[in-house]
Amino acid sequence: MAAPLDLPVAALAAAVKKGDVSATELARGALERIREKSALNAFLHVSEAPVLAAAAEVDRKRAQGEPLGPLAGVPIAVKDALCTTDAPTTCGSRILTRRGPDGRPGGAAAGWCPPYDATAVARLRAAGALLVGKTNMDEFAMGSSGENSAFGPAKNPVDPTRTPGGSSSGSAVAVAGGMASASLGSDTGGSIRQPAALCGIVGIKPTYGRVSRYGLVAFASSLDQVGPFARDVRSAAHVLSAISGADPRDSTAAALPAGDYAGACERDVKPLRIGVPEEYFAEGLDPDVAERVRAAIAALEREGCAVRPVKLAHTHYGVATYYIVATAEASSNLARFDGVRFGLRIEPERASLVQMYGATRDAGFGAEVKRRILLGTYVLSAGYYDAYYKKAQQVRTLIRRDFDDAFEDVDVIATPTSPTPAFRLGEKVDDPLAMYLGDVYTLPASLAGIAGISVPCGTTKARADRPALPVGLQLLAPAFGEEKLLTVAAAVERLAAS
Amino acid sequence: MAITRETVLHVAKLARLELDGDEVERMQRDLAKILGHVEQLAALPTDGIPATAHVAAERTPLREDALIPSLDHDRALAEAPRRGGGSFAVPGFVDE
Repeated sequence: MAAPLDLPVAALAAAVKKGDVSATELARGALERIREKSALNAFLHVSEAPVLAAAAEVDRKRAQGEPLGPLAGVPIAVKDALCTTDAPTTCGSRILTRRGPDGRPGGAAAGWCPPYDATAVARLRAAGALLVGKTNMDEFAMGSSGENSAFGPAKNPVDPTRTPGGSSSGSAVAVAGGMASASLGSDTGGSIRQPAALCGIVGIKPTYGRVSRYGLVAFASSLDQVGPFARDVRSAAHVLSAISGADPRDSTAAALPAGDYAGACERDVKPLRIGVPEEYFAEGLDPDVAERVRAAIAALEREGCAVRPVKLAHTHYGVATYYIVATAEASSNLARFDGVRFGLRIEPERASLVQMYGATRDAGFGAEVKRRILLGTYVLSAGYYDAYYKKAQQVRTLIRRDFDDAFEDVDVIATPTSPTPAFRLGEKVDDPLAMYLGDVYTLPASLAGIAGISVPCGTTKARADRPALPVGLQLLAPAFGEEKLLTVAAAVERLAAS
Repeated sequence: MAITRETVLHVAKLARLELDGDEVERMQRDLAKILGHVEQLAALPTDGIPATAHVAAERTPLREDALIPSLDHDRALAEAPRRGGGSFAVPGFVDE
């Protein structure tokens, strides 16, 4: 039998409820795993004392016969982009650290201590989850490999010389490496789906508005969405149920109750029609990835699903559109990091206010964040707004319409999540455009605000220059179509195992 | 559209970013390359296509205008790098 820590989320919560295992044992087990696997650099902060206290509280409630939440005793890791009152929050950046005695920015341990919990975090706590720590990430969620973290990259547990993907790098590694049963990430252009694919786990990017963004450090506010990682589809569905729903603190969180996500995993997949866009099988797609993805789609067809081609004609414009919209929003959102209210402040002697801003932001932001702030400021600046930002917003409409039209004929669209399996650490760090182009299959769904999931569909063939590496199938559904996604994803998981 | 050194310095000033000499050169090169890729949008006809600024407006009714406690004053100031007189302290700027 598997170690309790390796059980699916629902089975683990049931074992705690029954008394087969205590929450304290699970918390200790997770902390032990995190220590054993510290070389993977998945965590920026481990919440040792708070997690043991939370576990003791679950055990006390059980002993006294009080009701337990649906995630009682389940160890869950949280991306460092989400505010937590019992752990520092850095968003992978030195600008959210205090200055050390040497005058330089501090490390992750000197991180900002938020005065509130993110709504998704508060909901996990209310469900009884054990929040084991804060996970590594690309600075301000800007990156696709985890290498833009100010605190060193996380490493892929499948092959530690390779990246786990990003930006939710540590959240994917924590789950793939067995350090947590599930985790939270955030997905602005693929930051949950792509690392899930590269690490061989499940990652859900919910519909924009499905999960509250309150307490998520803002990157691109019209795109950002919080979502879960887990090792199996049902576990991810359980966590999604816990964090979904309206929130008076986020006006963009939809006034719709959570769906029956666990139930959706048990439904018959046959009546669902699957669309396959040929634009997602274009030049640059790794042949092994293409083969695994096509095999998973063929297996769904054998199950009885109608599989038909769909046209997403503007896919090719997704990267250009995204890197205008997202950087424009980021340049505005990141203006709040000014050395005044929290985090880093660098104040040379007799510095003016503007000099203090400049010195603080120069020392606090890494190269990729500066690059995107500059790009975003440029596309919004006088004389360029119409040519770049307005144009990109119009193309965003065309991309949305492509999906609207496609979903007239199919229930779910199936594509590769990433054009390649996990790449080597360092392989793309000097070429930002090459890194951006790797997001080609995840960006359009983000721009359209629809629901997406990445589910494992096998591995590439081992060859001399790389081991067998996980491949992710991306499934997309219309806004608030999470249940259909989960029905298909659970079938893909079952068929891949048979 | 050529990205000159002056363009980078101008945008950096707008964004309140200080860049050193090497950084300016690097950003000039990177921005030119990224904007080169972005240029392809110009060829796509978009006359009469409405802009999408946001995707979720229709399902977000306003909440009731009820009084709820807000962040405690001391708590709000607790992480300020400098404070004074119960406020966030900044370098003087009125005469700038």
